[in-house]
Amino acid sequence: MRNVYLDNNATTPMAQEVIDLMKDNVELYGNASSMHRSGRDADTAVEWARGEIAKLIHADPKGIVFTSGASEANNFVFLTFRDLIDEGYKRNRIITTSIEHPCIEETSKYMNQRGYKVDFLSVDRSGKISLKELEEKLGDDVALVSIMTANNEIGTIQPIKEACALAHRAGAYFHTDATQAIGKIEVSVEDLDVDYVSMSGHKFYGPKGVGVLYARPGVPLRPLIHGGHQEHGFRAGTYNTLAIAGMGEAARLAAQSIKEEHDYLWSLREKLRKGIEERIPNVVINGHPTDCLPGTLDVSFPCAEGESILLYLDMEGIQVSTGSACATGSLEPSYVLLACGVDVEIAHGSIRFSLGRYNTEEDIDYVLEKLPPIISRVRMMSTRKEQK
Amino acid sequence: MASSFMSQWVYTDTVKDHFMNPRNLWQENEDFEPDGVGEVGSLACGDQMRVGIQVEDGRIKDLRWLTYGCASAIASTSMMSEMAIGMTLEEAYHLTPTMIMDKLGGLPEHKFHCSVLGDKALRAAIDDYLEKNNLPNPYKNKVAKVMCECKNVTDVQIEELVKSGKVHTFEELQELTGVSTVCGKCRNRIKEELEELLHIYSK
Repeated sequence: MRNVYLDNNATTPMAQEVIDLMKDNVELYGNASSMHRSGRDADTAVEWARGEIAKLIHADPKGIVFTSGASEANNFVFLTFRDLIDEGYKRNRIITTSIEHPCIEETSKYMNQRGYKVDFLSVDRSGKISLKELEEKLGDDVALVSIMTANNEIGTIQPIKEACALAHRAGAYFHTDATQAIGKIEVSVEDLDVDYVSMSGHKFYGPKGVGVLYARPGVPLRPLIHGGHQEHGFRAGTYNTLAIAGMGEAARLAAQSIKEEHDYLWSLREKLRKGIEERIPNVVINGHPTDCLPGTLDVSFPCAEGESILLYLDMEGIQVSTGSACATGSLEPSYVLLACGVDVEIAHGSIRFSLGRYNTEEDIDYVLEKLPPIISRVRMMSTRKEQK
Repeated sequence: MASSFMSQWVYTDTVKDHFMNPRNLWQENEDFEPDGVGEVGSLACGDQMRVGIQVEDGRIKDLRWLTYGCASAIASTSMMSEMAIGMTLEEAYHLTPTMIMDKLGGLPEHKFHCSVLGDKALRAAIDDYLEKNNLPNPYKNKVAKVMCECKNVTDVQIEELVKSGKVHTFEELQELTGVSTVCGKCRNRIKEELEELLHIYSK
């Protein structure tokens, strides 16, 4: 059976070049903090990777801090500001959005429960924040503004440069979780002028378990993991040398091909979108029509439930994800779609196709052949027949 | 890409079979005249179920169903339909989610919720049939389980209060019935049951 992996926003397969580099260096066992030769060899790999990642985001390599992933990087920033506030920092409020990844959403709730002040910006039907609302919420008590570059579910890209300028004008630091954007659209620290950026290796064909927090040299940072001098004492723990090197190679590849890859993914995405709209009646495309990650297409099929669609597609070898509650084990559908003002039923029937470097036109043709009969079938079984 | 780890499907083979080949589906073009129809569930929790039954000599002669729901909901309703056909109304009324789940070879714990709608819709269809034909309903209170012993409040009473929109919170339920105001032992059990019912009947 054909295997069509369309869940690249969840994770990507490693690039062959990354696999080769990691295989070649699997015996690089030294502790990158040691002074002897095997230590220095490992350190060379870590520093090479740091340089490649810095180049990809046009940043100072000194600001790159290796973490276990983007969840840690995001926690790192928020808990840094918690510590700052505890230390008596003159500003004590954080502004973020209502559609951040759970690692920010949950961290914000955790902080609110403990008496810190985290405000959430609303988004419109397309998932965009309003710069006007941000401006109104900003004040001289705001310490940090954190807005994701692009959303993992619907792909909507935020006006980061403008939002960052507003935050800076109000004297606040600015963080962006760029996990989904890295490797798909250009993220330039120089151009955006942001203070903190989070990213994850496995979202752009690197290995899992490694990520980066970029913190512009000089901005506040407090250790999340104590107990070592690594990363200038900000992140203790022996370097995960092999994974870091793999992420470096993934960054090198991404920097090389970002423009072509963007255009290629967008053309596949548009082929899929048009094909679905032509072949299936009554569909709703979620997210922003143009300011959207090139490989992300979130579609709702009213009267059809998402988990059933996902599992029927899985039987055909097509792998996607859904915003339906059933797939998450909770009873609530996607909070991202609900925050966009999408109707509960539409949210339960949402399917996210996230395309990647290794998908082909034939993959899209295969989906367009298999999907329509599955939707008719699920709708035929449904208690919901009315066309909304 | 090669891997030495191979996964099983998410659910058991029986669930998969019923998911891929659902039995007794209510086809649109089919001429099925039900004697009773029951509908439960809400879109808020992503599950809605409709069951139609034909009754002959006090037995379920035939049954059709539709669902807006996940794979577990589809499979458990399909299995329920096979089990219910041929049963007396009394037997059918006593079908429980656990009996359906056992036949399916089990469902993951967080999917239990999805399997409780099939038998509820079936009971609603039987209620509807008895009411339409002005027949007494001897089952309704017999299946009731006492939830609060101090105040003698049953699950059926609680369900009725939620269904009719009189209760939306645990506090409202306490005010109306006094549950869990004496020894308090039933508190967690009733809260869980109430949460489930609110999901099924909200909206």
